[in-house]
Amino acid sequence: MKFDKPETTNPIDQLKVVGQPVNRVDGPLKVTGAATYAYEWHDPHARLAYGYPVGSTIAKGRIASMDLSRARTAPGVVAIVTAKEAGQLGKGSRNTATLLGGPEVEHYHQAIAVVVAETFEQARAAAALVHVTYEEAEGRFDLTAEKDGLGPTESDVKVGEFETAFAEAAVRLDETYTTPDQSHAMMEPHASLAAWDGDKLTIWTSNQMIAWSVGDVAKTLKIPPANVRVISPYIGGGFGSKLFVRSDMILAALGSRAAGRPVKIALPRPFLMNNTTHRPATIQRIRIGAGRDGRITAIAHEGWSGNLPDGDPENAVDQTKLLYAGAHRLTGNRLATLDLPEGNAMRAPGEAPGLMALEIAMDEMAERLGLDPIEFRVINDTQVDPGNPARPFSHRQLVECLRVGAGRFGWAARDARPGTARDGRWLKGIGVAAGFRNNLTMKSGARVRLDRRGVVTVETDMTDIGTGSYTIIAQTAAEMMGLPIERISVRLGDSSFPVSAGSGGQWGANSATAGVYAACVKLRETVAQRLGFNSKDAVFADGEVRSGDRRVSLAQAASDGELVVEDTIEFGNLKKTHQQSTFAAHFVEVAVDAATAETRVRRMLSVCAAGRILNPKTARSQVIGAMTMGVGGALMEELAVDTRRGFFVNHDLAGYEVPVHADIPHQEVIFLDEVDPMSSPMKAKGVGELGLCGVGAAVANAVYNATGIRVRSYPITLDKLITQLPGAS
Amino acid sequence: MRAFTYERATSPVQAAAAAAANPDAKFIAGGTNLLDLMKLEIETPAHLIDVNGLGLDTIEATSEGGLRIGALVRNTDLAADERVRRDYGVLSRAILAGASGQLRNRATTAGNLLQRTRCPYFYDTAQPCNKRQPGSGCSAIGGFSRQLGIVGTSEACIATNPSDMAVAMRVLDATVETVKPDATTRRIPVAEFHRLPGDTPQIETVLERGEFITAVTLPAPVGGKHLYRKVRDRASYAFALVSVAAVIQQDGTGRIAVGGVAHKPWRVEAAESELPRGAKVAAERLLAGATPTHENAFKVPLVERTLGSVLDEARS
Amino acid sequence: MPILHDLELNRRDLMVGGGTLAALTAVPAVVQAQPSPAGAPALTKVSLTVNGQSHDLEIDIRTTLLDALRERLHLTGSKKGCDHGQCGACTVLIDGRRVNSCLTLAIMNEGMEITTIEGLGTPENLHPMQEAFIKHDGYQCGYCTPGQICSGVAVLGEIKAGIPSHVTPDLTQPVTLSDAEIRERMSGNICRCGAYSNIVEAMTEVAGRQG
Repeated sequence: MKFDKPETTNPIDQLKVVGQPVNRVDGPLKVTGAATYAYEWHDPHARLAYGYPVGSTIAKGRIASMDLSRARTAPGVVAIVTAKEAGQLGKGSRNTATLLGGPEVEHYHQAIAVVVAETFEQARAAAALVHVTYEEAEGRFDLTAEKDGLGPTESDVKVGEFETAFAEAAVRLDETYTTPDQSHAMMEPHASLAAWDGDKLTIWTSNQMIAWSVGDVAKTLKIPPANVRVISPYIGGGFGSKLFVRSDMILAALGSRAAGRPVKIALPRPFLMNNTTHRPATIQRIRIGAGRDGRITAIAHEGWSGNLPDGDPENAVDQTKLLYAGAHRLTGNRLATLDLPEGNAMRAPGEAPGLMALEIAMDEMAERLGLDPIEFRVINDTQVDPGNPARPFSHRQLVECLRVGAGRFGWAARDARPGTARDGRWLKGIGVAAGFRNNLTMKSGARVRLDRRGVVTVETDMTDIGTGSYTIIAQTAAEMMGLPIERISVRLGDSSFPVSAGSGGQWGANSATAGVYAACVKLRETVAQRLGFNSKDAVFADGEVRSGDRRVSLAQAASDGELVVEDTIEFGNLKKTHQQSTFAAHFVEVAVDAATAETRVRRMLSVCAAGRILNPKTARSQVIGAMTMGVGGALMEELAVDTRRGFFVNHDLAGYEVPVHADIPHQEVIFLDEVDPMSSPMKAKGVGELGLCGVGAAVANAVYNATGIRVRSYPITLDKLITQLPGAS
Repeated sequence: MRAFTYERATSPVQAAAAAAANPDAKFIAGGTNLLDLMKLEIETPAHLIDVNGLGLDTIEATSEGGLRIGALVRNTDLAADERVRRDYGVLSRAILAGASGQLRNRATTAGNLLQRTRCPYFYDTAQPCNKRQPGSGCSAIGGFSRQLGIVGTSEACIATNPSDMAVAMRVLDATVETVKPDATTRRIPVAEFHRLPGDTPQIETVLERGEFITAVTLPAPVGGKHLYRKVRDRASYAFALVSVAAVIQQDGTGRIAVGGVAHKPWRVEAAESELPRGAKVAAERLLAGATPTHENAFKVPLVERTLGSVLDEARS
Repeated sequence: MPILHDLELNRRDLMVGGGTLAALTAVPAVVQAQPSPAGAPALTKVSLTVNGQSHDLEIDIRTTLLDALRERLHLTGSKKGCDHGQCGACTVLIDGRRVNSCLTLAIMNEGMEITTIEGLGTPENLHPMQEAFIKHDGYQCGYCTPGQICSGVAVLGEIKAGIPSHVTPDLTQPVTLSDAEIRERMSGNICRCGAYSNIVEAMTEVAGRQG
């Protein structure tokens, strides 16, 4: 099905099942521990062996020697694979560094061997016996040191004459902000179980993008994609870390081939933070010029980040092309080569760190203008792409988000003068920030089966990383086929199913359900035809197909055998003619200990405008989870770089702190009523990343309101406040 | 984790003798720190002596009016004990500020005193660390040291002791009771129990080979307000940047000890005499000679301000 | 000039002669070099009582309770998130108390009653806490969920038993249920999906029903 015209009315609009706060259909399995994650496929694998990785202990250089003799003779060892044993490997098209290093070493804890043994205990012990010497090379590890002299990665995007307009602006801001390297820190480590059957490889894994994985496993191992099957029905969190093939898949496959039996491997937690990807640190310079009326005349956003050779920049400037009005604009990225582990996508790549900076700048600018920060944003709202005014937003309710949120949160009671609200030993403050994330759509396929019991089974390689895919897909099929949700069975995460959008970039929910919609449209036509209905006027409801006086049970259509159809939604030009984006307003109240400068969040509200909300319960969870990650990014999360040795030092969950229960208050989410017919037949948009975009800045602005201290370097830890707090010596 | 043999101890003396007989032996009780370190091969015992079956899990009144806490009393039980809550509140508070409910359910009194540092370079076996690998150097100096020590450090080591409980024990003048392989016992004031790193940071306590902790005793209650303030980036389940244990009397005198700043709970009796003059003077005395790194220099004002806040609370 | 790195070797050589201090023992600074007792791992018989059922296993002594549950008994509801006591995904109940099963050896738990998520309820017969997690969407990816639920059940018990927490206002007064108490006590269970706000609601509902 091609989606290239704004959607009119379709069966989804009934909203009998879609749009309802349905409990997760996979809930009973998850709460009882019965859902099977990557490392847990015991049943088909009686002769399972265990893999354990060996990581490089230098950041850059060459392996001079590897002595495997002690490891080889260690108890239980079945096989050891290094780059030498592995032979010539390819590199996945989405990988920057190779997944099995050697002799070249590209980053710290790059995998350089896998040890396979009868038991986990034996594999772990033997891996420690692999003895490696290195020839270390000089590396570059310090973004600040590399920053100066870097030119644009690609040409800067310019609209109008920024420099002139900025110089002439009555009120100006020119500030620099930094965000640190961050770790996804999903709860399930990367894990894979690989089994070969002749030249055919099956990998049970934990991955967000099944078809990408098939392609990149095949490319890495130099085997035909047709010989690779990837299965990943449950994923213990990914946040972008599992978008790509990582070392667990390749080490399991190589280990299994060498051992001649199924091998499973989970990346040990202290290893995976340097072994896998991270969100790269950024330095961002923002310049805003405005008239005294508060109208922005000039806005520039430049971002510096680093990555391994051939890696991409963290595109922190992109939202600044679209979020606010202003005739004269400049945005651009500058990329340093750094020999740290590979930087790559983490939840809302670009916008998450970009808005952490931009939305502090907006708060600062409002103050310089003597404007309320909400009014300043309202004044500079735009309903068209500022770089191309002929191109409207499909739907843009940023102002409504801000207004509704202000009312609900009690914004009017805020004192704009910082440091004035006090509660005992706590300084209180309130902050706001806009949230913005583009709505991406991706081609997505599904297969639907109707059996003689009247059960519809949906099969797609879509993944559920906690987003609720199982549930919204079941809701979509139930709505389309006129069945209660209990009559829908959803099977996900298997490369033998049609290729879907996968989970990433907050495109999954809208795109994957649209694919299921397309397949269900086809199934409706097939059913109608089979039952002798005119498919145009057939009504699917209550397990029946109806037209005029005639009603037949849906199951009847499959009485002669299962009906199986497949379709794919493909997206046309609407995203070119219309800018599709999602919007939010984030409100945060913090309390800062007047003595110790510890910051604790007291209240949080997010108001989101993101198209039709397919399931308010699971969508709300996406948003509160993102808000939680936003608190982490604002107040505690930072991979500490050792710029001498080139690695992230705090590489475990004790050293890299993410929010715990005690950090997070009750969170409130409001979804504005919105349907976006430009987006898909579902009229939905993404929301899982929007919930993160801007939260950090709302926290930062609240800290400023509480203390009068403007911290432009995340995370806002107490050491950045303590010497400036009142009463400090 | 290296292979090891395992036995269950039958008595404290037997445990001590077994440990003395095998130089690569370790006692294991809660295991919450030891197993963590064994998985990383930071600890590599060849033999484990499981002491969990030895009892030593009661809290009894002493004839001096204090309490004798068995070495294997779990952190949860110690913090929840009615007498401790009433008379030694700083101890309950300190324990409850540490770790998580799960960890406190297993961690023991003796084990808590013997926790090893959380210095990230100690935890990465590929990095030089004098504590883990004597003579290899200290990576933390000049490296990522935000969490690390500011007083009593040495050129060999700037690690901190991560225990909250020990800070309270220090302010309460607790005594560690031990038994040696030859069945003799000794009482070690907790003030003398932990060592500063000097040039042998691998030696963290004054315990001798095989010497086994049987109990920790608290002297009779001293009254006063008991406070424990732990300062950290996240609100729970995190090690202290700085912590202050305090027992403050109505007249403003009292005792204070600080955690998160040194290789041992940091108490300077001379600073306590300055308490009535306020936090600034007391903190100056407390941290006299401090040598913070660029990254942890904030701990100096943080100690002063935290202490000031604790004294305010004591007065209120 | 290339720099040769050989830390691993140095470390081993030094460890033989240098010795380190244990978490729970007092090994002196200088120890005798001695051959390790066995090159091969010691196997041992262990009897574990899990969810009311007794299991006799022969395992490597190094096997943690978590790995015994997951890899030998195939009770994979208890999750391995970090294997170092830093996340809480492996939380199980031992003699009614919640414990990180990754930081205890299987052999140390003989004779104890071990309850895992599978012992609390099944998809067909859910424990009230499991039901409440579904109702309040107290999870997303589901990986920390069994640990959260085991912890959640234990936390309500701890509050009832009067065990204080870091946020208990007065140590000499009885402990009362509050959002703050739940949040503090649940802080040893990390949920990166960020379902915390919903988990508190689920637990509050269960606590209310228990009265």
